[in-house]
Amino acid sequence: MTRELWKGNEAIAEASVRAGLEAYFGYPITPQTEILEYLSRRMPELGRTFVQAESELGAINMVYGAACAGVRLMSTSSSPGVSLMMECLSYIAGTEIPTVLVNVMRGGPGLGNIAPSQGDYNQAVHGGGHGDYQPIVLAPASVQEAIDLTVLSFDLAEKYRAICMVILDGCVGQMMEPAQMPEMKPIRRANWDWATDGKMGKRERRVLTSIYLDPIEEEKTNLRLLSRARAVQKNEVRYKEYFLDDAEFVIVGFGTAGRVALSAVRTARQNGIKVGLLRPITVSPFPHQVIDQLAGRVNGFLVTEMNAGQMLEDVRLAVKGRVPVEFYGRMGGVVPFTEEILQEIKRISSSKLSVDVNPRDAWLERMSPLPVGEG
Amino acid sequence: MTTPNNLVYDRPEGFTDTPTHYCPGCTHGVAHRLVAEVLEEMGVIDKTIGVAPVGCSVFAYNYFDTDFVEAPHGRAPAMATGIKRVLPDRIVFTYQGDGDLASIGMGEIVHAAARGENLTVIFINNANYGMTGGQMAPTTLPGMKTTSSPNGRDVETQGFPIRMAEMLATLDGVGYVVRRSLHDPKNIRLAKKAIRMAFETQAHGLGFSMVELLSTCPTNWGMTPVDSLKFVEQHMVPAFPLGDYKVAAGVAQIKI
Repeated sequence: MTRELWKGNEAIAEASVRAGLEAYFGYPITPQTEILEYLSRRMPELGRTFVQAESELGAINMVYGAACAGVRLMSTSSSPGVSLMMECLSYIAGTEIPTVLVNVMRGGPGLGNIAPSQGDYNQAVHGGGHGDYQPIVLAPASVQEAIDLTVLSFDLAEKYRAICMVILDGCVGQMMEPAQMPEMKPIRRANWDWATDGKMGKRERRVLTSIYLDPIEEEKTNLRLLSRARAVQKNEVRYKEYFLDDAEFVIVGFGTAGRVALSAVRTARQNGIKVGLLRPITVSPFPHQVIDQLAGRVNGFLVTEMNAGQMLEDVRLAVKGRVPVEFYGRMGGVVPFTEEILQEIKRISSSKLSVDVNPRDAWLERMSPLPVGEG
Repeated sequence: MTTPNNLVYDRPEGFTDTPTHYCPGCTHGVAHRLVAEVLEEMGVIDKTIGVAPVGCSVFAYNYFDTDFVEAPHGRAPAMATGIKRVLPDRIVFTYQGDGDLASIGMGEIVHAAARGENLTVIFINNANYGMTGGQMAPTTLPGMKTTSSPNGRDVETQGFPIRMAEMLATLDGVGYVVRRSLHDPKNIRLAKKAIRMAFETQAHGLGFSMVELLSTCPTNWGMTPVDSLKFVEQHMVPAFPLGDYKVAAGVAQIKI
């Protein structure tokens, strides 16, 4: 296998095809449209299902139907479109069927803009749709990782009968990098014992639904979902660590923010600052345990995100107030420069930090006026 | 004593042995039965997948002896599209009420029809939201009292009824769209023929098919079942004329 130059969005599309994607339903929205466009050529060429739906509502409900039939499928969208899909995601969660959804995140709230953002972390990780459910959420930071995690997302969704979301900021979707594609896997129908694909003279009828009028039955469903989420937490945590062995300070960042932070960490190391990076790859399940362990031996954390500190809360939960947690974020579609994060690293490694400071408040004070001249 | 020789009326094979949850006198039961009889007569029960809506027929899946899924409110045609596209040799139908199909699900039904999805839609028009207790629906008649139009539907502020069969008939993807009524035995027989034609349209791959059925809601209309049937005949049929709104050339040639 050779490395080829792939654009993030098209790489996700081709990776899904090679993972055995049998049906795709989508709707155009920037910055994910290349996935839809690519699959509009590729899927019919292979005799597979492609439908451009009338809306994201239509797309995700087509996904819901085809998922009930037990085939490998996917939809993709970007922030406002994913908001529209939240209704059906809750139904899919309640019906306990595997579904893959890619969100190429853009600036928000509202129509926002089409620049890279990580503002949908809470929506993806902490729900978004109504009711109790926890999707599996993967956060790639490069085109190669987007390929690998797209392939993985199908296996995880099917293994846990769960929603697996791949959330990437527009950067990863739009940039081109050398990457290696997996081998083409053939379409395979798994013959699930839950799929509503017609009795076909072989079995009793099946019903797939998310309605449980009897509260006791609904609670049993809630508990079943919870026990699966706990199994996911136990088995599927993935993260990457850089320079953590002797680190006195740890940066935590996912996706592009984590990648920019890595450049800053490398420069800081050259300047003799003992700083490392933890980059969560699964943001749900969140790597609580590794952060918990690190909190016992480092002097402090710096969380960096392209939002107002959403993952920050999960880091604080794992640190439990033992050491200071600081925050640096950019919002609205602004990607931080390496120098900005390097400045933050220098600041935290040279000043006296307190566990009593609210990291978001302190960050907002430092952000005024804005550091890159927009203010 | 009932024997196979003198048996004239029995539960169709397309039904499960489940007591109904529908109100006495409601025509949902009739519509369900017609669908079950047609599936049985066509010999397709085994390969049929139904899509239930949100509304009184949310529990339709309890009654049909076929695979079934339960859609979010209004989204049944999109869900059915997903199923039919990956299982094109199956028979897929949605069963939807007027609030589900003509209000919240307007986008999904129009585009499923426009794409010419090979689906069959059974559309129950009883001029109100039954399950939530009788609110105004897109099909509520002008002047008709509901719990959310207590003084009667005022078209100046609450708009006009939507005629779905006529509207969808304008779309090129549609193979068969008709309106029938369930208010008397003759019309019930005509309704059954239409349901058969709709499923045949799908079986022959001739595009989208829908049968709109004028139905009663005695409980929320505050009428006896008999008066409800009269109301359909006297008030709903004039507002929603019965007829064949689109029968594509290929469909017209189907011999049953």
